Amino acid sequence: MNRLTENLSGWGRYPVAQCGLLRPERHKGLGGLSAEGGIARGQGRSYGDAALNQDGAVLLTERLNRLSAFDSERGTVTAESGLTLRELLDVVVPRGWFPLVTPGTGYVSLGGCIAADVHGKNHHHDGAFSRSVLEFELFDADGAVRTCSPDVQSEAFNATMGGMGLTGVIGDVTLQLRPVETAWIQAQHAPARDLEQALTFLQDNEHDARYSVAWIDLQSRGRALGRSVVMTGEHAVRDALPAAHRADPLQLKLRGERNVPLDMPGWLLNPLTIRAFNALYYRLEGRKTSPFIVGYDKFFYPLDALGHWNRLYGKRGFVQYQCVVPLEQAHETLRQLLDALAASGHAAFLGVLKRLGAASAGQLAFSMPGYTLALDLPFGGAATLELLQRFDEIVLAHGGRVYLAKDARLSAESFRQMYPRYDEWLAVKQTLDPQGRFSSSLSRRLGIGEPS
Amino acid sequence: MKGTVLILGASSAIARATAAAFASRGYGLYLAGRDEEELARDAADLAIRHQVPVATGRFDAEAFAQHPAFIEQVVEASGELAGVVVAFGYLGEQSRAVHDWDETLAIIQRNYTGAVSLLNLCANRMEQAGTGFIVGIASVAGDRGRQSNYTYGSAKGAFALYLQGLRNRLAPAGVRVLTVKPGFVDTGMTFGLPGMFLVASPRYVGERIARAVERGRDVLYVPWFWRYIMLIITHIPERIFKRLKL
Repeated sequence: MNRLTENLSGWGRYPVAQCGLLRPERHKGLGGLSAEGGIARGQGRSYGDAALNQDGAVLLTERLNRLSAFDSERGTVTAESGLTLRELLDVVVPRGWFPLVTPGTGYVSLGGCIAADVHGKNHHHDGAFSRSVLEFELFDADGAVRTCSPDVQSEAFNATMGGMGLTGVIGDVTLQLRPVETAWIQAQHAPARDLEQALTFLQDNEHDARYSVAWIDLQSRGRALGRSVVMTGEHAVRDALPAAHRADPLQLKLRGERNVPLDMPGWLLNPLTIRAFNALYYRLEGRKTSPFIVGYDKFFYPLDALGHWNRLYGKRGFVQYQCVVPLEQAHETLRQLLDALAASGHAAFLGVLKRLGAASAGQLAFSMPGYTLALDLPFGGAATLELLQRFDEIVLAHGGRVYLAKDARLSAESFRQMYPRYDEWLAVKQTLDPQGRFSSSLSRRLGIGEPS
Repeated sequence: MKGTVLILGASSAIARATAAAFASRGYGLYLAGRDEEELARDAADLAIRHQVPVATGRFDAEAFAQHPAFIEQVVEASGELAGVVVAFGYLGEQSRAVHDWDETLAIIQRNYTGAVSLLNLCANRMEQAGTGFIVGIASVAGDRGRQSNYTYGSAKGAFALYLQGLRNRLAPAGVRVLTVKPGFVDTGMTFGLPGMFLVASPRYVGERIARAVERGRDVLYVPWFWRYIMLIITHIPERIFKRLKL
């Protein structure tokens, strides 16, 4: 296989690593890492260094995106791991099916969804992506293919779900889908004046919707600290649609994508513009308090409408900090995080707060019952890293953890403390990959694969 | 359904994208190639995405004696052909071909004689039926001989000349013949090669091919600017060209 040496980064564009890229065109090419090792990469939508391998091989799965089975009666679909959710949606939505779990972008591969055990706005009801996976193939370190499911090779299954690609390369994936009557979402927004009210809305079982998430204004201070717009949604039934959409309820005219054509200057996102944007957003979105109908793409993937939006941060890139904190003391923990942010003088452009339900079975999976907070920060060197270190301390003190799919800078020591089931995971890793061939810049930074 | 398009050499990236472009326009497909496992995967994918019938079969471009039976088998499975796309080919290694007759012969047969053998059969059927289209994927390498790939280039150039003659012969019968000359396309063959520029995605190339067929075009350079690059290259006087390291 030809090899292309290139400087590569994740979605946050920090850090950058020189990697040797391999790009198989045929299914068996997914076994191409077994001899020399390396890491698989789907769409490169993890933010930090999870799909980077400094001075090593990175196997691109983007050409392996074929669907091999679709059962329109039972709602199961099998496809190669390089297929994106966007491509899957194009096929299954017009036939009345929807992924059980989807993250906030459609430009992710199925393999990436498994490796990070991604979650969506319905985690508190339906769990993480692993809940929708019936089976997958795993090309292990010997190039042998194992079929893994919750019942067969369940150890390998669990270690791979959230295993950051370090157990092998994922081949075919079989998913269970959810039946839907329409391609539309019935959504509703509620403004929350502060953090406490936002949390109240998110755990309010009476108004509980299948999908919920809070956009949080990270520039608000004092009494308005944690001011949010809580957004909820359900799959709309056909009768709820306006007459114009009722005839063909599963057809959605997808918007054309606009692109950020080039790197924006670094000063574009500064505290002033970020504050102005957030205040405007709170006013406009907080107003939509009566139910409205919106296409699934706009509800789930608002940022996908702007291609290459990571260029808004300019060449320096950005980091996303996403953590989960346990339910008990969640309010206190989150308040401390927001206070630390405010005290630092950093401006975070985008903040998202979301309730999580039961933990996944994966030993390295991110989710636990509690709240997850995600915030985007322009990368500002040592000062940014210092702030995130402070965040780690707060999160650790309250029994939370950082999401590896977003991470670019956690320490190995904090990782071990945040992921107490690491030893269990390592035992499975050693059976699948005794020589430690599958590794990435992330795994080496965090000491994943090394004995504790 | 609009009838079936036979894709010969179906597992290359350009062939896959061309097949998808025809399937999205409502054509059924017959995918032919050597790697049956890959063909089955391509077939399932295209059938699910586009909801058209897709059949597969194995063929060997160099097994001339088997070609008539193979074409019969395709027609039996999928009916009279609406179109055929010759997408197989073999770049080979020029430096090896210089000393190794087997390599030279493989390059010639898998780019030229194999295609002629199969297209003769298809052309006769289409001429008789008075309808159909033929797409041959030649190469810009066939426009001028260069030391780095002239065996491949001569076979592709001969193929382009064959297609030109075929077009002339079949025009009265209402059968269209499209010659495609791709420039740099982002495939497994070109991935990571030095000196690549303005590389087109296979998907773009596939769409352009299907569109050129719809519009009854004769010769398609894809991406389009290769027509002008080759115009310049073919006009360099031989006296100068022979001294260039190309």
